[in-house]
Amino acid sequence: MSYKIVEKEEVATDTFKMVFEAPDIAAAAKAGQFLIVRIDERGERIPLTIADFSSDENTVTTVIQALGKSTKKLTKMNVGGSISDIAGPLGTPADVKQLGTVVLVGGGVGIAPIYPQISAYKNAGNRVVSIIGARNKDLLFWEERVKDASDEYFVATDDGSKGHHGFVTEVLKNILDEEKEKIENKTLENPKIKRVVVIGPPILMKVATQMMNEYPDVEIIVSMNTMMVDGTGMCGGCRLIVDGKVKFSCVDGPEFDGRLVDFNTVMNRLTIYKREEIERAEKYKKECEGGVCSTLD
Amino acid sequence: MTGKAKTRVEMPEQPEYIRRNNFEEVALGYTEELALMEAERCIQCRRPKCVEGCPVSVDIPGFIKLITEKKWTESLEKIYETNFLPAICGRVCPQETQCEELCILNRKENAIAIGRLERYVADRYYESPESLNEKGRLLSKREKPTGKKIAVVGSGPAGLTAAATLSRMGHSVVIYESLHKPGGVLTYGIPSFRLPKEIIKREVDEIKYMGVEIKLNYVIGRIKTLEELSESYDAVFIGSGAGLPNFMGIEGESLNGVYSANEFLTRVNLMQAWDEEYDTIIRKGKNVVVVGGGNVAMDAARSALRLGADNVTVVYRRSDTELPARREEIEHAKKEGVQFRFLTNPTKIIGDYGDEKVRKYDVKSIECIEMELGEEDSSGRRRPIPIPGTEFEIEADVVIIAIGTSPNPLIFNETPDLEKTKWGTVVVNDDLKCTKENVFAGGDIVTGAATVISAMGAGKKAAESIDEYLKNK
Repeated sequence: MSYKIVEKEEVATDTFKMVFEAPDIAAAAKAGQFLIVRIDERGERIPLTIADFSSDENTVTTVIQALGKSTKKLTKMNVGGSISDIAGPLGTPADVKQLGTVVLVGGGVGIAPIYPQISAYKNAGNRVVSIIGARNKDLLFWEERVKDASDEYFVATDDGSKGHHGFVTEVLKNILDEEKEKIENKTLENPKIKRVVVIGPPILMKVATQMMNEYPDVEIIVSMNTMMVDGTGMCGGCRLIVDGKVKFSCVDGPEFDGRLVDFNTVMNRLTIYKREEIERAEKYKKECEGGVCSTLD
Repeated sequence: MTGKAKTRVEMPEQPEYIRRNNFEEVALGYTEELALMEAERCIQCRRPKCVEGCPVSVDIPGFIKLITEKKWTESLEKIYETNFLPAICGRVCPQETQCEELCILNRKENAIAIGRLERYVADRYYESPESLNEKGRLLSKREKPTGKKIAVVGSGPAGLTAAATLSRMGHSVVIYESLHKPGGVLTYGIPSFRLPKEIIKREVDEIKYMGVEIKLNYVIGRIKTLEELSESYDAVFIGSGAGLPNFMGIEGESLNGVYSANEFLTRVNLMQAWDEEYDTIIRKGKNVVVVGGGNVAMDAARSALRLGADNVTVVYRRSDTELPARREEIEHAKKEGVQFRFLTNPTKIIGDYGDEKVRKYDVKSIECIEMELGEEDSSGRRRPIPIPGTEFEIEADVVIIAIGTSPNPLIFNETPDLEKTKWGTVVVNDDLKCTKENVFAGGDIVTGAATVISAMGAGKKAAESIDEYLKNK
């Protein structure tokens, strides 16, 4: 099997939008789901969130941060090239329904999976407020399309190079506190915020969930990006503790009620191959010295 | 070569001290001479008991007679009448509890080595020039096209057999496989030192030559639902297996270095993590503990050894005689240096969390308790009971949980009229028909984890039921 790359664009520093031709996956994909991708025979299977999909154009879109060997190798490929395998759509789709106002928060590469949720929640009759953030403005991407799709839009950068100087959680807090005030003064015009969805690095999701303790009537949904191999529920490598029970992120998730997730276990389990991954990335970098990769076949 | 062999001809094997360090096949296969010697021992019973023990009813005396006549291609054709995967079956079937157990010569433990002969016939053909001919495949004869289309979920032994049987009957078949390679448990579960990948590829290719289409990377329950398949095909066969790993639910099971046997074996077998050239990583423990006593536990233990472990210990809650794994594989494991601790059950897994400078989250050891056998339980086996106060620790940096698997629930997604049991298996009648109109099922999805050959038997039976169903529709 072979899946062609039909579009490729560097959208932020070391961050690439890649669009694959995959008609049956595109027809079935829903917001909140992901793909498992394998470049070639020796490649590993890696999970990538679905950032967009079009059944008219038969394509699925991912946004990939080139960090380790596999993501670097993948993002070096160009339009016209193809990879050997894409399995998808995987995971339980986002639980989209009419709630009122929903706040979607995307941190770093988390901006990508947040994007399809905007139109999904809007189509379900919600008012959508989007907050996107990154360490600096060069790591931000898709600002225009997120802004256009949302009812309200905020941006934050850790270094203040764009938007709010600080974390997305601070922006979220301001929005929730402002709403609280308006409710007290009986000046709230928009539908009440019922749910917050946060997608980004585990530490962001953990901190955001802790912050939500002050707003017990608002749901907090997170998307758990654990280690994965098959992505279909047959290995248990993606297991995490939710409400004291073992769940598989690839089948029961990837979205969960943040208040029930044991984030520490997730973050600890993500370190299992850290040493090997760093060694491998170094080795790959050496092999690619001079701009020509000796491993490309 | 004169004189008849009086006892079973031994299977040549790699010596233990060499094979424990490589993933190449342990059993080297008969030579022509050894095969003839063994085949000549068969007394060609007029009422062969061995055939009754075969889940797909191979004409055993038939193919063995053709060996003695050196009619190699005809012998394979005879096997192909009922068995589409002879090179696989010859290697992994538990013949000692099936055909060979019933062999009349077994009274003196000299049963004909039926499996080894089946393997020889299949291997010999594939290594011969005739097999390279693209046209005129041995399996190409099919009935006239019926115009009926059938979807098969899963390309494991049940799905492959159902597809091949239906294809031979003239139906058009498409297999939907969730992984990126076909074979199911043959590919991800069974290590290459028992079943080389090239063997699987050969036998799957033969089935594809019959006209069966295999769509890889299709997870039914996600990309398409069973409901959709049921609507767009004339019939559906579910052979999705029992791939959901069971965990013990003990403390420490989420520590880094604790693997389900499925994950461990998938990384090693499907993703070839043992090979440095492949990108998938695996934690190669120095002290590995495997919990469980079935074939999967043996496969995991022997794989861990080959990855370079200093100590591999299998922890099993009952005793040696009760181990459910094939005796042949238990003996192989012992000879290769796998240690066994019987009447032992884990109570918790202990972690090394490092200190303030270097934080860790790794397995350090596994605490176990000694067991004794009490009264018989509902399965007829004596129930293991923990002996209080006998807790002890085994040092471990990798723990593999091989206590069994259950059916993957994804197949039931959005298909409410497909009834399942409380164990998650699919409800079927005697004809392997499900509660949903044109859907049939067989193999581990019905029985829970069992053998390759019983799955094949179910695939064949279901195909016959589907054929009957389509005729009467």
